[in-house]
Amino acid sequence: MNLKPETLQRIDEVITHYPVKRSATLPLLHLVQEDIGYIPEESIEWIAQKLDLQPINVLELVSFYPMFRRKPIGRRHIKVCRTLSCALIGGYKTCETFAQEFSTHTGRDHISPDGEVTIEFVECLASCGTAPVVLIDDELHENVDVTKARALSDQIKAEAAARKS
Amino acid sequence: MSAPAQNRVILKHIDAPGYTNDIACYLRHGGYEMLKRAFTRQPQEIIDDVKLSGLRGRGGAGFPCGVKWGLVDRRSGKPIYLLVNADESEPGTFKDRYIIYKDPHQLIEGTMISCFANNVRQAYIYIRGEMAEGARILEKAIAEARAANFVGPNILGSDYSCEIYVHRGAGAYICGEETGLIESLEGKRANPRIKPPYFPAVLGLYLCPTIVNNVETLCHVKYVMEIGGEAFAKIGTPGNTGTRIFCVSGHVQRPGYYEFDSGKITLGELLYDVCGGPLPGRTFKGVIPGGSSAKVMRFGERYKGKRRVGTETVEYDWGVEDVPLDFDALGAIGTMSGSGGVIVMDDSVNMVEALANINAFYSHESCGQCTPCREGSLWMKKITTRMVHGDARPEDAALLKSVADQIPGRTICAFGEACSWPTQSFIAKFGDEFKNYHETKKAAKPADAIELV
Ligand SMILES: Cc1cc2nc3c(=O)[nH]c(=O)nc-3n(C[C@H](O)[C@H](O)[C@H](O)COP(=O)(O)O)c2cc1C
Ligand code: SF4
Ligand code: FES
Repeated sequence: MNLKPETLQRIDEVITHYPVKRSATLPLLHLVQEDIGYIPEESIEWIAQKLDLQPINVLELVSFYPMFRRKPIGRRHIKVCRTLSCALIGGYKTCETFAQEFSTHTGRDHISPDGEVTIEFVECLASCGTAPVVLIDDELHENVDVTKARALSDQIKAEAAARKS
Repeated sequence: MSAPAQNRVILKHIDAPGYTNDIACYLRHGGYEMLKRAFTRQPQEIIDDVKLSGLRGRGGAGFPCGVKWGLVDRRSGKPIYLLVNADESEPGTFKDRYIIYKDPHQLIEGTMISCFANNVRQAYIYIRGEMAEGARILEKAIAEARAANFVGPNILGSDYSCEIYVHRGAGAYICGEETGLIESLEGKRANPRIKPPYFPAVLGLYLCPTIVNNVETLCHVKYVMEIGGEAFAKIGTPGNTGTRIFCVSGHVQRPGYYEFDSGKITLGELLYDVCGGPLPGRTFKGVIPGGSSAKVMRFGERYKGKRRVGTETVEYDWGVEDVPLDFDALGAIGTMSGSGGVIVMDDSVNMVEALANINAFYSHESCGQCTPCREGSLWMKKITTRMVHGDARPEDAALLKSVADQIPGRTICAFGEACSWPTQSFIAKFGDEFKNYHETKKAAKPADAIELV
C-alpha cells in the first residue's frame, strides 16, 4: 500500500484531534479511500496498527458504514438520491438515465464498460428541496431531470475523451 | 388566507446578494460580536438566559436546550464535550446544509458561545460523510476563526481555551441519533446506547458528560445572546419560542427553506401562499410534516380536541390547512414537527408506493442491534416492495400493521418509533388504498406515472 506523503501527513495530524486514538478510525478510512480509491485489505491492518487496534475494529467499520468500499470503482462516482422527495420528482428516471448513458447497471459492483463511472442509488442527501439531486464525486448537482442527467453524462464523456487524446 | 411575512433570523444573510461564507464578510455583518458579549457574562447567566428563552432543540425531539444544559454533570471532574449534530439525514430535511455551506461562521459563533457557557474545552462538529465539501468549508471557517482568536487557546485574550474539530460520518443515518453519534465518534459502529444509564449529559463521549445539539439550535443560541432570553421567549407561541425553519419538498410549486415565527403560520399558508400550492392540474393528497418518520396527514381529514396553550386549555377543530406549525400543535393531532421537513404528495401519488419508498429507507438504515427494528423494518420493506413489484393481497394492510405495531417501545433507540410510524399512519389514513392495491395494479398506468420504488 502506497499512500501519498500528504496523506500520511494528514493522517498524523488528524490523530492529534482526539484524546483516544480509536476515534481517528473513520478519518483514516476516509483519507485512505480518498487516496487509493477504495479500502484495500492491507490498509485495514495498517490502520489498526497505526491506532493500536485489532484489524477487526477497523473491518467492522468498513462493513457498517456505506461510504466505504472494498473494491475499485469507476473513475467518477455518481450517487443518485433514491429517497422519497427525490423519487416524487423523478429520481428513478434520473438514475436510469445515467445507467443508459453509460451502458451499465446501477450498483457499486458495476463499472461502466469505458471505466468512467460507477452509478449508485443512495439515501437522502439532505437537499430534498431541489430534487432530484445527484452527487458526482464530492459535487452536488440539483434539479437533475432527464435532460440534465444527459448533459452531465455528456460532460463526463467529453472530459474522458479530452484526457485520452 | 394570507401567510405572515418570513422572519429570517437564522437565514438572515443566507442567499442575500453578495454574502459570502468567509470571515471577512461575516465580520462586516457584525459577526462574533455576540461571542464578545458572551465573554462579558458569567457562564451560568448564559445558561439561565437560554433556559428563559424556552429554546427547543431543532434536531427532531424538541427538547428544551437550557434544560438539557442544566442536566450536564458538572461535578464529575471529567471534561465536558459539546457535539454539534450536523448529520442531517432525516429525509425531507435540508436546513443545516444551507447554514453550513452559506453561513458557517454563524454556526461556529453559536457553538463557541455554547462551549463558553458550559465550560467545554473541546467541541466536535459531526457532519454527515456525503457533505465532504461542507466539511472543507467548516474546516476553513474554523481556521479563520482560530486565526482571529475566536477559537483555540486564550480566546479573546481570556484564559479560556476551546478547540473545535470537524469529524466526518460515512453514510449511516443512525449517526444522527445522539448516542449513535457518540459511538461513531469513538471510532465504533454507530450502535445507539441504552438509556439509562448512558444519558449523554452524564455518560457521553468517552463516558464524559456531553452535550449534543443540532446545528440550527446552536445558531438560535447566538440569537438568544443577541436579543436576550426574555425577548426570544416572546417570539412564536407559548412553549414554542423563536423562529423555525421549514424545509418543503415534493409536490409544490416552490419547494425550499423558509423561516417563520414558530406556530404563527399554518400548514395551509405555508403550502399555498408561500410554496405556491399544488403543481398545475393537481390537488394535494398527503403531507408528512416533520421528516419522513412523522405520521402522515391526509388532506380532507379533521382534527378536533382540546389542548393546552401556555396556561390555557383551548379547543381546536382544524382541517389539515389550519394546523399551526409548532411542536405542540402537531403533537396534539398525533404527528410531529420533528426536524421541520415537510414532504408534500399530490393526487398522482399512490400511497402504497410512497410507503414502499420510505420503508426501503428505514430498512437500509436500521443499525441492526434490536431484533424488532432490524427484522420489522426489513419485513415492512419486503411486504410493500412485493405489493408493488409482485403480488398484492387485500390482507397485506393488516399484516403490515401487525409488524409495525410490534416495534415501538421495544427498541434501544427512537428509530424503532421512526420506522414504524410511517407504516402505522399510512395504513390508518389510506387503508383503502392498501386493501385495493391488487385491483389498482390491474389498471394501466398513465404514461407519466412516477416510479417510487
Ligand atoms: C433515528 C434518529 C435520527 C436522528 N437524526 C438526527 C439528525 O440527523 N440531526 C439531528 O440534529 N438530530 C437527529 N436526531 C436527534 C438527536 O438524537 C438529538 O436529539 C439531537 O441532535 C439533539 O439536538 P437538539 O436538542 O439541539 O435538537 C435523530 C434522532 C433519532 C432517534
Ligand atoms: S432501534 Fe433500530 S436503529 Fe435503534 S438501536 Fe435498535 S436496531 Fe439500532
Ligand atoms: S430525498 Fe433526495 S435529497 Fe432528500
